[in-house]
Amino acid sequence: MSLEGPDIVVGGLTKTFVVPEREAGLKAAARSLFHRRHREVRAVDQISFTIEPGEVVGFLGPNGAGKTTTLKMLSGLLFPTIGRVSVLDHVPSKREKDFLSRITLVMGNRNQLQWDLPAVDSFEMNRAIYRIPRPDFERARDELVDLLEIGDLVHKPVRNLSLGERMKAEIAGALLHSPRILFLDEPTIGLDIGMQKRIRSFIAEYNRRNGATVLLTSHYMADVQALCKRVIVIHHGTILFDGQLSALSERFGTHKTIEVTLQDPSVSLDSYGEVISRDADKARISVPRAETSKIAARLLNDLPVVDLTIEDLPIEDVIEQTFAGGS
Amino acid sequence: MVVAVRPRRLPAILDFYLTVMRTAVQEQFQYRAANYAYMIGMLAEPVIYLVVWSTVANAQGGEVGGYTASQLAAYYIVWTLVRNINIVFTPNGWEWRIREGELSGMLLRPVHPIHYDLAYFAGWKVVVVVMWLPLAVVLTAVFRPDLTVSPVEAIVFSVSLLGAYLIRSMFLWVLGMITFWTTRVAALYELYFTAELLLSGRLVPLSLMPPWAQTLADFLPYRWTFGFPIEALVGDLETSELLFGLGMQAAWTLAGAVLVALVWRRGIRRYSAVGN
Repeated sequence: MSLEGPDIVVGGLTKTFVVPEREAGLKAAARSLFHRRHREVRAVDQISFTIEPGEVVGFLGPNGAGKTTTLKMLSGLLFPTIGRVSVLDHVPSKREKDFLSRITLVMGNRNQLQWDLPAVDSFEMNRAIYRIPRPDFERARDELVDLLEIGDLVHKPVRNLSLGERMKAEIAGALLHSPRILFLDEPTIGLDIGMQKRIRSFIAEYNRRNGATVLLTSHYMADVQALCKRVIVIHHGTILFDGQLSALSERFGTHKTIEVTLQDPSVSLDSYGEVISRDADKARISVPRAETSKIAARLLNDLPVVDLTIEDLPIEDVIEQTFAGGS
Repeated sequence: MVVAVRPRRLPAILDFYLTVMRTAVQEQFQYRAANYAYMIGMLAEPVIYLVVWSTVANAQGGEVGGYTASQLAAYYIVWTLVRNINIVFTPNGWEWRIREGELSGMLLRPVHPIHYDLAYFAGWKVVVVVMWLPLAVVLTAVFRPDLTVSPVEAIVFSVSLLGAYLIRSMFLWVLGMITFWTTRVAALYELYFTAELLLSGRLVPLSLMPPWAQTLADFLPYRWTFGFPIEALVGDLETSELLFGLGMQAAWTLAGAVLVALVWRRGIRRYSAVGN
């Protein structure tokens, strides 16, 4: 625990939207003129967690799980329906200047830079918006440009940048005021693997240098694995898991994988478990977690085994199982 | 001896306004052709009014409602400048701003979004006025306006342009914020703009309108965004009338600001409840 207390405290947080609904067709459209039907949708349902200063936390969940709604409540864009949120000892929905000056929200599919101008001009505007003293601004700008390797790009109009280049410029613009908390909603969405990697390593470096707290949502498990020790898994608006990423497999991974190399590749393995792949003398078998050691012993006893390794399921598969189990 | 002089820091809000204005100038100069096309299209409106009313004046022995043809020319040429100055963020833009998520981005900044709009459109004016000058020269050469300006009138006109800009910004912001409650409000906007056309001095000088319309105009903000600035320069208003006009502009600006604050507080609460 940090002496200064958590950066983010969320207690019993709930967000309900009221959405209009009607059947398809002309008759239903005419009926809706006189009688509108509404339905309550609980996007986030009684979630609670705390995040300590400097933590990098992955916020995982399928589409519509409530991740973005939660990030919007944490950054002050949405009022909670019920529950308590405190970010840096502020109530986000009050959107106080001191609060807004210490956070940033980067949404992978949103553009905050001036489209027709080079990014440096938008950076200059952010300097004025966040009242950054010029020497601090120049230092931060140069450091971000350097770390993100966008020295040549920031002088081109934003509309002429590729998606990945634009995202890097967006991130630089969003961090000029040295925010203490970063809310990153799908920051690598749509980017190629190389660009994803560069943005990932930048976030890790920024966290290391500035001790910033990061709450990250991503559909790419590689982002989460590279950056987050802790993950919060949300599904249908409720938290399914909050803990170390390494513990996720133990909690939700119902199976393990045994990779076995055989002297005789023709032997049948069906009686040991589900054969996931078989390639020359190597095979991968999925087995129930509780029976892993028993089946491994059987394999070693029964067959001419050259090599045998036991692995957890890939994290993507564990997450998939988690959501399947939580449905 | 060399004395190091530390540059005084600009007050933060002034720095913000100047920076956003500079950004707007940079951005809008990239759209020279589009801005010119827009401005030339906009000129059609006052030129039509001018031709119609000049014809009426000439048919009535050279004068209509106290305006000669060349005074009408002065009225409508000044009109083009006032119109350019009082172009502000339109209510239609709100729908787009909310749908595209631009408003969310603005809400994350520690500056009220109205400051951004005021600063951005003020910067745009710099570009617009530079581009307007040659058009004004052409209009002057063609229509030969009768315009004599005293220093007091020139000063009041300049200040009244700011007043017109602020009043129109505030009231169109309030109108635009209705989008927080209902997404299709085009009909309401049309109603507002029709009333503005008739009661502001935009269609005709207010002195040409029936007395009841002139009385009604006294109780609405419109005339202070069009008619008053033009008449301050073109008409023969007494100093007391000029000062009264500026006072009315200040009062309507204040009323607009109060309305913006009230509607914004409720609107943003609704926006934050519903999201986008």
